[in-house]
Formats: sequence, structure tokens, C-alpha cells
Amino acid sequence: MPGDRRGPSTMSFDQFNPAWVVLLIFAAAFLAPVLARVPQKNVGWLLAVLPALAFAFFAVGGVSVWQEETWRSSIEWAPAVGVNWDVWVTPLGLFLALLVTGIGALITIFAGAYFGDSPHRGRFFLNLYLFMGAMLGLAVTENLIVFFVFWELTSISSYLLIGFNHSKTEARKSALDALLVTGGGGLVLLAGILLLGQVGGSFLLGELIENRDAVHAHPLYAAILICFIVGAVTKSAQFPFHFWLPGAMAAPAPVSAYLHSATMVKAGVFLLALLHPLLGDTPLWHYTLLAIGAITMTLGALIAVLQTDLKRLLAYTTVSALGTLVMLLGFEDDLAAKAAVIFFIVHALYKGALFMIAGILEKTTGTRDVSQLHGLMKSMPVLGIAAVFAAASMSGIPPFIGFISKELLYQVKLEAPITGWSLLVCGIVANAANIVVALKVGVAPFLQSRGEDMTLKSKPSIGLVIGPVVLGLGSLIFGIFPQLILGDAVTALVNQIKVADVTIKLKLWHGLNLVLLLSVVTVALGFVGFAFRKRFWALGREITKRASHFEATRIFRGLLQAVIQFAGLVTRTIQSGNLRQYAICVLTAFLALLVWAFVRLPIDMQIPDLGNLRFDVILVFGLIAVGSVCMLLTRKRLTAVLFLGSVGFGIAALFALYGAPDLAITQLLVETLTLVLFALAIYNLPSLPSAVETKRPRIVSLVISLAFGAGITVLTLKAMSMQLEEPVAVEIAQRSVSEAYGRNVVNVILVDFRSLDTLGEIAVLAIAALGVAGMLRSACSSVQVSSRAPSSAVLLASARFTAPAMIAFSIYLLLRGHNEPGGGFIGGLVGAMAVVLIHLARPDLPLRFLKLSPRGLVAIGLGLAVVSGLPGLLGEGSFAAAAWGPAFDLPLIGKLKLGTPLIFDVGVYALVLGIVLLLYDTMQMWNASSRSQPQPIP
Amino acid sequence: MELIIALLNGTLAAVGVYLLLDRNLFRILLGLALLAQAANLLVFTSAGLGDGSTPIIPKGAETLPAGHPDPLAQALVLTAIVISFGVLAFCITLLKQAHQRSGQSDVMALAKSQR
Repeated sequence: MPGDRRGPSTMSFDQFNPAWVVLLIFAAAFLAPVLARVPQKNVGWLLAVLPALAFAFFAVGGVSVWQEETWRSSIEWAPAVGVNWDVWVTPLGLFLALLVTGIGALITIFAGAYFGDSPHRGRFFLNLYLFMGAMLGLAVTENLIVFFVFWELTSISSYLLIGFNHSKTEARKSALDALLVTGGGGLVLLAGILLLGQVGGSFLLGELIENRDAVHAHPLYAAILICFIVGAVTKSAQFPFHFWLPGAMAAPAPVSAYLHSATMVKAGVFLLALLHPLLGDTPLWHYTLLAIGAITMTLGALIAVLQTDLKRLLAYTTVSALGTLVMLLGFEDDLAAKAAVIFFIVHALYKGALFMIAGILEKTTGTRDVSQLHGLMKSMPVLGIAAVFAAASMSGIPPFIGFISKELLYQVKLEAPITGWSLLVCGIVANAANIVVALKVGVAPFLQSRGEDMTLKSKPSIGLVIGPVVLGLGSLIFGIFPQLILGDAVTALVNQIKVADVTIKLKLWHGLNLVLLLSVVTVALGFVGFAFRKRFWALGREITKRASHFEATRIFRGLLQAVIQFAGLVTRTIQSGNLRQYAICVLTAFLALLVWAFVRLPIDMQIPDLGNLRFDVILVFGLIAVGSVCMLLTRKRLTAVLFLGSVGFGIAALFALYGAPDLAITQLLVETLTLVLFALAIYNLPSLPSAVETKRPRIVSLVISLAFGAGITVLTLKAMSMQLEEPVAVEIAQRSVSEAYGRNVVNVILVDFRSLDTLGEIAVLAIAALGVAGMLRSACSSVQVSSRAPSSAVLLASARFTAPAMIAFSIYLLLRGHNEPGGGFIGGLVGAMAVVLIHLARPDLPLRFLKLSPRGLVAIGLGLAVVSGLPGLLGEGSFAAAAWGPAFDLPLIGKLKLGTPLIFDVGVYALVLGIVLLLYDTMQMWNASSRSQPQPIP
Repeated sequence: MELIIALLNGTLAAVGVYLLLDRNLFRILLGLALLAQAANLLVFTSAGLGDGSTPIIPKGAETLPAGHPDPLAQALVLTAIVISFGVLAFCITLLKQAHQRSGQSDVMALAKSQR
């Protein structure tokens, strides 16, 4: 097994990778909606089998983990960047995994009964399993990057669960609050993980812990720690991020019982415990956690007392409990770790039970108001006993396990050297408040008699009751046999958290001492508080009325609103919608970059003498320059387009004069098509009064364009003066004949040496053309294109002869392109012109080439180009490497060698042909559809 | 000769930019077309002009003769020409569409009508 540091383990279970359990649960998540369709009320029992099996797997397989054997494995994910799914079942992870699967199984049964035959239960189980898988992944993952993935998955799946009743506004808002807080904290955590990876040189927790001293000594230590603490306290709902948890009570009861008692909110505490060996035991760690924890613990408990809603009561005590856990992790000694571990278990047991009981009470009586509930013991005796058990554990009454935990809590606070009595007072207040809540939730609804007993809307089924019963009994049994059940586990956990080697003995009864006295005082205070509960409720209403502006949720949503408004303001300012402004921004930035480049790269600019002037070239220059300037001056659209054509043809001539026949031909063809395109587009486009009427914009335009022109001139001269040692073209030319069997080096580059680039470029073309087609189709879809009569007989007659010749010529250009000017681009353009010519003569026929529609041609072309790259994968193992076949000598064309570059070029031919036809077709269809309101061409 | 080509490049770019900064939709299209031409010409000329021979290996020779123009720049420009055609077509449609929906030919008015 990779990474096994303590030699081969005796355990047979470690041959099985726990990662598969996680993946199995994810897979089951997508199966769950199908299973939930089974018209069977007790589908929860069926679905609970998997979590129960997973629980058994971890319980049996983990026995030796408590004896501090290692259980590691790894699945390769992205080994090149050092990210693998490294699984390491530590005692802490095993502990969390047992909670997640064990309570998960109970919750699944509970949820099955809770939702009954609701049509939404499939969706619920999908989300629940996703969440379960994410939590389990979190528990067993060592690699921090993968850990982060699971961390975020829990945030996302809990968002879906909290917002489960998505038709309610409040549920959606609360879910969003939770997502933003935990997701935002997650981002900070990611920053912390990345920093830690930089500082510690690894993302593996085990390796990082070995590197602990280096991490502590690093100047970034404080930043790393704070990032991790922010991640943990947002997840675990610590002050000032506590508000999302009570808000999350908008979720259905099973979600609250699962996420907000034992799992999701504990993830933050789990993270802190996991990182304690690495980042802990510094003053910053101690004081930050102690302060945050103590504030949250006290505040949560005090707010809880003021509530009357069952679930909100429980939510605020959960906040308080989480604060207690964070505080305990902030203490220095081993005892605090022991207390934390025990309290973790205690809280999961009683809070899970109480949340489920709250759900049952709401379902059976129709209310969650504790001031209404009373006298239910007679109608639900089993549930009542479970509730009393859970409440007793929550209050810390012997022999329940809550008693052990509270004794430990007080002992820690008494013995802590750094905080004195202040935390003890906080602790007593918080615990007394917890007792008040326990009495209100667990005892009063059942035992408090108020004359007439409440009537139930329905009897709770066994599926509903089993969860609370198991957890309530657990609280009792764990309390009676603490050492037997938990001794080894707690020892291993404390040793992991504190990197110690102690043996822990757990016992219920510690004798008569100061701690016991404090317990008695707390319970007495709790009962007094319960007696005055109505005063507290009145106070609560008063506070809600007066201080609603200071409510954390309100502040948070206000801030959120402000951020959105600010973003809107910025967007409106920057994104004015004015094209001219955008263009000015881009152009100015380009100029600035250009100037910066000129300064940074001082290339000597040789201004060449005019020397050997060629008359033909001068003539072409004149054509281009005059054409472009005339475009500026003319007021007529058609004139401007014709001048644009003269510029384009001039440039084509320039290409021809300077030894670029392929470019010249391509430019010529494209220029012709551009003219057609503009001529088609000119219909119902506005005429040309210069819209820049005022003087200032005109001057701005002039300055920018002159500066731009000057910049381009200098850039051209500099580029021409630059001498490269060995241009890459030389090598390409040398290998052109011998390796690519082609004499036209330009074509060889396009279809062979750089064919991957060409593939990208033709893909861009295809996207642009499909974009045009899509836009125009949507614009004229409603208009029926009337059948058009054939045009003039002369055109028809000439097209009949020229078009086939042109198509033959285009194929000739395509095939000879590897050795002579030509190729797929040029051939495709010529072919397109032939088809357009036919269509101009016979507009009543659909636009086709060899029975293929323009779209089909584009698809075939792109497909051929991609397929031609595949054989390369077999041979040299790289996409688009050329593979060659036999050569033929053909008349007219000359030597033609078969090979993938030829297939590629045929693909280019089809694609270019298709694209031009597509553009032409859509343009002229659009014109046909808008010809009802024709505008004269000026 | 190089100097003249450089000046020609500058002229094309300047006219293109001036048209691009206009408020009239049609002139913006013209400017875009000119800028594309200028960019292609820039790439073509910056690789050096050569002596007028073509980058086609003569029969019997194994490589290009000395003084040949740069085939790589030509290959780049060849696809660039076709792509700028595609992009121009896209922009023409886009602006036509904007004009048809808003009835405006002035980009300033267009911006306001979007609000």
C-alpha cells in the first residue's frame, strides 16, 4: 500500500480503499431518485442499508485505527501537479466517518417516514446522499486540495438541502445566506491551503505535520492560520458568522437533524482538530479560538433562551455548542482535547435526537411553538422517553454521557492557566441556558400537563421514532459504559489532536468535588431559568422588536444588497453601451502598450533609402492610399464600398508583386465576396451622414487615428529592421520536400507543419458563420420566403457553362495546392463562387453543392479536418502528425501524394465552401424577407 | 520601397481607426474592414519583402533559393484573410440586427436605447 509508513498492517480491511465507499455513495445518490419512486412507504429503510453498511465497514475496519495503525491508500488523479486522492483514515477521520454514516443511516430511515409518499422525496435523497458522500470524502481525505473539493461539495449540497422547499422565498434566501457564508469561507480556506502548500512544500497533511517547525517559523504562518480559522468558523457558524445556521432552519426536519447537529457544522471543528498538530499551540491559535468560541458559546445560549420556536431554540444551542467546541480546541492542555472529543459525541447524540423529535412534534401536532406543546407523553410514550433521555444528556444529568462531558468542561476551565475564572462564568451561564432549552424541548412538551391533552393529527410511525430512540438510548449506554465503548477511541483522538502519547480513562463518577458542586449549581440555575421562561419570551419579543436593525441576518443581507448595488454602479459607469468609448479605450491601451514596447525593446530602426522605386508598385500604392482616403470623404455608401474594394484589390496586387501568389489569389476572392456581402448588407442600412457633428469628438478621433497610424508605421519599420539569427522559415523550407512532399511551402505549413493552428482557425470561421446564420435565422424565421423567378436568360446561359468549369477548376486548385499556388482555402472560395453564380441565375433552386447543404458542408469539412489528425495518434503518438501513403502521377495536376494532409486540405475546402454559402444564403434570405420595405441605394 | 510600404500601412490603419470611431454604424463596418487589411499587410511586410520570388521550391531543388520571402508569414496571413472575412460578416450581421431592432444608426443613440 503506498504511503504506509508503519510497515504492512495486519488488517485485511486496509486492502479495501475507503475512497470506493465514498464513490459508491455518490453513485447511489443518482440511483436514489429511481429507488424512491418505488411506491413503498418504507423506502427509507431500503435506502438506509448503504449508510448502515458503510458504518459497519468503518466500525470493523477501523478497530485497528484506534490502536494507531495507519490506513492509507491513494488514487491517481492529476499526478503531474501533485494532486492525487490520497486517503488517510486517521482516528479523527474515522470518528467523523462513523458519525456521518451512523447518524446518516438513522436520518435516512427518518426522512423516508417523514416525507411519506411526497413526490419530492427522490430529489431529497439525491441531495442527502451527495451531502453524505461529500462529508465522508472530507473525513478520509489527506490531500488538502482534494479535501477542499469535498469541503465545497458539502457547501453546495447543503445549499440544495436548505433550499429544499424552494417555493418559499425564505428558504431560498436562507440557503443563499448559508452558501455565501460557507462558500466565501471556503475561498479563504483555499487561499490558506495554497499558502500552506507553498510554505510547507506539500499538500499532504502527514508530510506537512512533519514539517511543522518550518511552517511555524515562516512569516506567513499568521496569514495561513487566519485563513484556516476563517474557513472553519464560517462553516461551524461561529460569531460573527453564526446567523446562517438559525436561518438554515427553513430546511425540512431531516436536514436540520443531519446537517446541523452532527455533520456539516462540525466540519469546521473537525478541520481545526485535524490541523491542530500542524498549526496549533501558538498564542495566536489559543487566544483567537478561545475568544471566538467563548463569545459564540455565551451568545448562542443566551439567544436560545429567548426563543419559542422549537427549531430555532435548537439552532441557537447548536451555535452555542459549536462555540464550546472551538473554545475547547483553543485550550492548551490534553484535558481540553478530551473534553472536546467527548462533547463532540455527546452533542451529536442528543442534538440529532432532539432535532428529529422537533420534526416529529411539528408533523404530529402542527406547531413548533414550545409554549403551545404540552401533555404528549400519553400519546407518544416511547418518543417521550427518548426525548427525556436526550434532554437529560443535554443537561448533564448522571448517568447520561452528557454528565461526563460537562464535568470535563468545568474541570478544563478550572484548571486553565490562561483564562482564569472568566470562561468558567461564561460556561456556567451557557450550560444553565442549555438546561432551560433541554427542559423546554425535551421535557415540557411531554410531561407538562395543562388540563386537556393535545390531540395528534397522526401517530408517528416506527420509522420516525427509531432515530430518536437509538440516539437517546445511546446517550444512556455511552454514559454507563464510557470506557468500554469510547476509551480506545478517545485515547487515539486525543493523541492525534495533541500529538501526545497518553492513555485516557473514562468514568462517570469522579466523586464529590468542586466540579460536581458547579454541576449542581448549574442544574439549579437551569430550573430557575425554566420557571421564568415566560419572562424570557416576553424579553425576546421586546428585543426582536427594538433591536431588529442589529440582527446579523439583516446586516448581512444589507451588506449583500450594497455590494450588488455597487457592482451595478460600476457596471453602468464602465459599460456605458457606447461603442465609441469602448473603441477609444482599446485603442489607447494598444497605443500605450506599443510605446512601452518601443521603449523596452530598443531595436535600431533603419530608415531605408527609397532606392530602386518600381513604377508598378507605386501605382498600386496610389490605388490603395487614394481608395482609403476617398472612403473617408465620400457621403455615399455604395461609393465607400467600391473604394473599399479598390483598397482590397490593391493589396492583392501588392501580394502578387511581392512573391505571394497564394495570398494574392485568396485576397482577390475574399475581396469579391466582401463586396457581395456589403452589397447584400447595404439594403436598409442607414445612409452615411457623419454622425460626429460636433468639433471635439472629431478632434479626438483625428488625434487617436493619426497616433495609431504613426505607431503602425514605426512598428512596420522596426519589424522589418529586426534581423533574426535563423528564421524558422529556413528550417521549414528545408524539410518541406523531404518530409512533407510539397513544394508550395505556404500550403505545406498550413496543412502539415502547422495544421493544428489551421484547425483552430477554421473552427473560428465555422463558429462565426454559424453565429451569423443563427442571428439571421432568428430574425427572419417568421417570414416566408416567396419563390423567386429565375433571373435573366443571359446570366442563366453563361452560368450553365462557367459554373461547372469553375467547380472543376476549384478542385484542380485544391489538388495541386501542395506544389503550386492553390489549396483548400483558394479552391473552396472558387467553388463557392461557382455555386453562388448558379444560385444567382436560378434563385428558385435551393443552395446546394453535390446535394449538400451549407451546414452539412461545414460539418463535413470540420469533421474531415479533425479525423485527418487521428492517424497521427497511432504513429508518432501526437495529434495531427502527418501520415503518408502512395503517390500518383496525374495529368495536369502532376504528382499527388496521398496522406492525411490531403484529407485535411479537402476538409478545409469543404468548410470554406460551406461557410461562404452559409453566409450568402442567410444574407440573401434576410434581404428577401425584408424587401417588403425596400430602401433605395443612394 | 520599405519606407513607402510602412507609410501605406500607417495610412490604412489611421483611416481605419478614424472610421471605427465614427458614430455611424456603416462607417464603423468600413473601418473594421480597413483595419483588418492593415493588420494583414503589417504581418506580411514585417517578415521582410524578399526579392519578388515566390515561396515555391523549384523543380529539382531541395529547398527555397536565397532571397525568398518568408512562407510562414504568408501562411499566417492567408488564414487571417479568410478569418477577417468571417469576422466581418459576423459584425455586419450584428450591426444590422442592432439597427433593425432599435431603428438607430447612431451608436450613441443605440447605447441610450439599450438602457
